[in-house]
Amino acid sequence: MSVKVEYHKYDVVILGAGGAGLNAAQVASQYVSTAVISEVYPTRSHTISAQGGISAALGNLEEDHWIWHMYDTVKGSDYLADQDACEYMTKLAPQYIIELEHIGVPFSRTAEGKIAQRPFGGHTAEFGKRPVKRACYAADRTGHVMLQTLFEKSVAQKTQFFNEFYALELLTNEGAVNGVLCWDIKNGGFHIFHAKAVVFATGGCCRIFKTNSNAHINTGDGLALALRKGFSWSDAEFIQFHPTGIYLAGNLITEGVRGEGGILLNAQGERFMERYAPTIKDLAPRDIVSRSMVKEVLAGRGVGPNKDHVLLKIDHIGAEAIHEKLPGIHELALVFAGVDCTKEPIPVMPTAHYQNGGIPTNYLTNVIRAVGPNPEEPVPGFFAAGEIASASVHGANRLGTNSLLDLVVFGRTAGEQSAKYAKENNFVPLAENAGQEGIALLQKFLNSNGKNTFGPMYKTLTECMEKYVGVFRTEETLTTAKGILADLKKQLDDYRVNDKSSVYNLELIEALELNNMVLVAQALTEAALMRKETRGGHAREDYPERDDVNFHKHTEVTLDGDGNIKIDYRPVRMKPLTVEPFPLKPRVY
Amino acid sequence: MSTNKFVTFEIFRYDPEKDKEPYYQTYKVEIRRPGMLLLEGLNQVKWELDPTLSFRRSCREGVCGSDGLNVNGVNMLSCMTKIEDLGTDHIVIQPLPGMRVIRDLVTDVDDFFQKFITVKPYLIRKSPAPDKEFYQSPEDRKLLDGLYECILCGCCSSSCPSYWADEKYLGPNAFLRAYRYLIDSRDEGAEDRLPILNDKHGVWRCHTIYNCVEACPKQLNPTKAIVGIRRMLLERGY
Repeated sequence: MSVKVEYHKYDVVILGAGGAGLNAAQVASQYVSTAVISEVYPTRSHTISAQGGISAALGNLEEDHWIWHMYDTVKGSDYLADQDACEYMTKLAPQYIIELEHIGVPFSRTAEGKIAQRPFGGHTAEFGKRPVKRACYAADRTGHVMLQTLFEKSVAQKTQFFNEFYALELLTNEGAVNGVLCWDIKNGGFHIFHAKAVVFATGGCCRIFKTNSNAHINTGDGLALALRKGFSWSDAEFIQFHPTGIYLAGNLITEGVRGEGGILLNAQGERFMERYAPTIKDLAPRDIVSRSMVKEVLAGRGVGPNKDHVLLKIDHIGAEAIHEKLPGIHELALVFAGVDCTKEPIPVMPTAHYQNGGIPTNYLTNVIRAVGPNPEEPVPGFFAAGEIASASVHGANRLGTNSLLDLVVFGRTAGEQSAKYAKENNFVPLAENAGQEGIALLQKFLNSNGKNTFGPMYKTLTECMEKYVGVFRTEETLTTAKGILADLKKQLDDYRVNDKSSVYNLELIEALELNNMVLVAQALTEAALMRKETRGGHAREDYPERDDVNFHKHTEVTLDGDGNIKIDYRPVRMKPLTVEPFPLKPRVY
Repeated sequence: MSTNKFVTFEIFRYDPEKDKEPYYQTYKVEIRRPGMLLLEGLNQVKWELDPTLSFRRSCREGVCGSDGLNVNGVNMLSCMTKIEDLGTDHIVIQPLPGMRVIRDLVTDVDDFFQKFITVKPYLIRKSPAPDKEFYQSPEDRKLLDGLYECILCGCCSSSCPSYWADEKYLGPNAFLRAYRYLIDSRDEGAEDRLPILNDKHGVWRCHTIYNCVEACPKQLNPTKAIVGIRRMLLERGY
């Protein structure tokens, strides 16, 4: 069957228009022809939902140093982050935050008119001694103002956008990445974007969990595209469960609430974090707080008729402070929990929030092979930044505010590096069959007339991941999940898309997303099964201790030629760029 | 959870590939919890009753601006609207008015974004920036409150009779953002922006009907911004 394909040619093609994609775009478009492709209009990207802040050792309110920030990041990662990337990010943070301010981000201000800063989980002064004010913020709308300002900046530079285009296949040839095949959601039709360099900035995958804080679009598409072309997903098992998701709804209540003085209480009214993290208490990193909350519930100290959640109390800082510093939270608590947080505590439980791992890169955002004889070897023409990427600065557990910093620093770096690469290299010709796999995949689903549909399958998938691959895992729960996921994969062969239209066919997009989500869930579960230790966001009840001898290494998940999941490992890059390494230590707060 | 309580969704349907003209289709939507949101109802339709319905949604918490819809005649976000607050069991859901329909509840928003871009919605500087951040007093920063929170959902512009009547009218959304930059103590772009706003399709076309204020799901006040821009134009002798 002959299929019409429209061809485009750009030096750099950026997939995704969240904070990382837009920051890459505003840099790359200054030097080379650049296109940004996004499933949604840029301002609909999930960066918009980030609330509490972006960290940088500006020291606007008290003494702070990037090396303290670096230490906190390494320790927060449970020593799985790569220390060259951690140094790179934390050292550049102050300069890049100032740049954001210069392009118009409306940060909240100190009395002197400087960028305001607040404490956040795991961020400390003097290597863990006490919480430090490091998170720069704009009330509780930090991601919102950053994304919109970056969009506005890219508009000022006349960046070329392809909005509501859905990526179907990553194109490769002669060992290089050289383009993307997309589907025009609005009008139908295939488009091949031929590029010298492709930047993946496609965001995360936490929609695979029933209770999550993510947008509908966060279905791990970038991971699936990369996996299908033989690239790796690094540290797949490390999902971040944010402690304060609104009970039942999963929507996020920022850690900034605890930064501003909020505390967690169990059914006895006890501030239980004092027992789990005596030094920094409620401002312990997220993995530790989430686990502590689940332990409280399991010990029968949960709140409510089912004793199945805890409370986040903030009313004691006063209504005026809440309306000034946390206005968005006030609205979310009202709509999603029916609670006025100036008067009552908010019911909360952990919610799947962030993919700590991702497509492995070096600290300059060039994707690396990760497996084989030269794991650190860069892939020509392939860059990644933001939640999809793993430089790695988050390791086994990301610190709050480091995600926005990650997408600013590495988004910018990806823009610089991809533009540099495009200037120094020629186009790699498209393979003869370029795009055929993606076209066949879409046509398979569009023409499918089997029995299974999105609704029931998505429900099974997300309930399975929540129940068996959640905050605590065991060999038994993970094996159960594996069975359910294998069954879901089979069900995809007997699928049905009722909607045959080529115009804004949301059912078709959901089918393609489900196809990706099942693969991503399988990869994650397999990685979790193989990591027989507890580290950061990966808690194995059957292996409750960290095991540095056997597992101080990155997991690398790939697909073999037959599409089977393969697990390898890669050493952690312990050597920073200029300073002494932070050696492995027990992680206490 | 099944409650046996149902409401009717009467939804605008249109697929240009097969429908000569739009029609309305009704669905019985089950209320499964107190406080159930309109978006949960739409997802119930999509995932359990009729997978062919197309609509936009993403963040599902009122910040991405994807899901502005016209519900019983009023523009709102489906993800922040409780069904019970609509005060009726019969809910008519239409795409945002004044915008071309692409398919079902999905409208063409390119023109809306183009108008936003027209007002130069970015910080304009003529003099060099300092090494550190620009100092901005908390009082100056406070001037941006009530302006910067816009989520670009289009509920305001699509509720505005002037926007419907004049296809070149820039609309309340564009003015809200223009004013956010005009009064930012760091901005030096007033002379670049004001002539655009002074155009016959600019702020003078607003008839202060206040539909935009009613429609804004974030409780912002574009009319106040329009009045602010008019004052600046007059003060600067435009």
